Amino acid sequence: MTERSEAGELNGTTDQPLIRLDGVNKWFGPLHVLQDVDLSVRRGEVVVVIGPSGSGKSTLCRAINRLEPINSGTITFDGQPLPAEGRPLARLRSEVGMVFQSFNLFAHKTILENVTLGPIKVRKEKPDAARQRARALLDRVGIGSQADKFPAQLSGGQQQRAAIARALAMQPKAMLFDEPTSALDPEMVGEVLEVMTSLAGEGMTMVVVTHEMGFARHAANRVIFMADGQLVEDAPPAEFFANPRSERAKDFLSKILTH
Amino acid sequence: MHVFGDSANLDATVAGFLWILKLTGASAVLALVLGVLLAAMRVSPIPVLRLFGAGWVNIFRNTPLTLIVFFCYFGLYTTLGLTFSDDLARNIYWLGVVGLSTYTAAFVCEAIRSGINTVPTGQAEAARAIGLTFAQTLRIVILPQAGRAVVAPLGSILIALCKNSTIVGTIGLMESASVMKDLINANGDAVVPIFLVFAGVFALLLVPTGYFFGWLANRLAVKR
Repeated sequence: MTERSEAGELNGTTDQPLIRLDGVNKWFGPLHVLQDVDLSVRRGEVVVVIGPSGSGKSTLCRAINRLEPINSGTITFDGQPLPAEGRPLARLRSEVGMVFQSFNLFAHKTILENVTLGPIKVRKEKPDAARQRARALLDRVGIGSQADKFPAQLSGGQQQRAAIARALAMQPKAMLFDEPTSALDPEMVGEVLEVMTSLAGEGMTMVVVTHEMGFARHAANRVIFMADGQLVEDAPPAEFFANPRSERAKDFLSKILTH
Repeated sequence: MHVFGDSANLDATVAGFLWILKLTGASAVLALVLGVLLAAMRVSPIPVLRLFGAGWVNIFRNTPLTLIVFFCYFGLYTTLGLTFSDDLARNIYWLGVVGLSTYTAAFVCEAIRSGINTVPTGQAEAARAIGLTFAQTLRIVILPQAGRAVVAPLGSILIALCKNSTIVGTIGLMESASVMKDLINANGDAVVPIFLVFAGVFALLLVPTGYFFGWLANRLAVKR
């Protein structure tokens, strides 16, 4: 992973953003869940998206690899507009790692098979090489000894770390995290955040939707605050938590930080 | 049991059940392959394929099997000249297999499709998120889990198929039910024993099949 981190830092100095959203709109029926959203994420940047539930932050995250199609606006990834469908879209998705709230590990496959599936079927890697790399990744997220178990035999924290390893196995250019710790028991949140923090430290480009304010404070380059489908604030974490400018953000922070 | 003491009657009975097993075996394989393909069509994003799958299910699931088997004989063979073998019995056998698998595939399709609905949407999302195509997602992630969820209903369909294969007797194959009818005609004094023997053999074949599929369903169940 050291190569990747160097690449991230080098690329971080270029001006072209890796992910760019321009005037993105999305409706669920009459509900306007994304309203003229503009956002750009540079290489190596860690952007944490926070906001009240129903504010559209998950939809934003899922729109970036087109798990959620948008109604208008453009999304570009690495200079290319998102393909609409078919193989070009599949290729793009293979370059964007995604981690879900509910892990979504393939239930009928072992942890090792979960991690090697993409490299073997999408990247056409040799199974032996893919397995070797997968074991190294599982060791890295601390669950090397669970490789031959099935997802249901693991704790939530272990499953989520396996899901991160599965995404990393594709050697993605960016990682999307859609509330990765929201379904976990409190004592397992830390082990997942630890993996994410180390990824951030290595220069991985990350978009993280989360309620973990601690992670936002120490790992994020920018915090985006969303409410009612709009990007309300976009600031470095220290500035955002010390001096939120909007009433919505002040209100939100007062609700979560007073407990 | 003087009827089955006669070796000619016994041979005919054994031969009749052998036809049933052969009809069931070949039709089960064909119906499974066809049914899975039809289910894949029904969930595909291509409207023409969805229409074809839905059409197949609605036509063949709602047509009496006797009609379908008759059509295979009088339509495909007599009128259109479709011939599988010069041997009369073999030819009828294959016509029967066509009818049975066409009909059964409709039920297999619907069972698989209900299995697909038991697979959480997150599984498909995760598959697409690592870059699998639609076909790969279906083949590698969805269908294996859907299939495991419907092992028990597929067992019921197999049992129904085995009993349904007696209908091929109506187009002239000397399968078990036809043999039974002949034996009853010739031995009016032993109707009940003859009936019990044939019913008993079916039970002997199918009761363990049911238990086997129940066991298999538990063994293959996907833990979540």
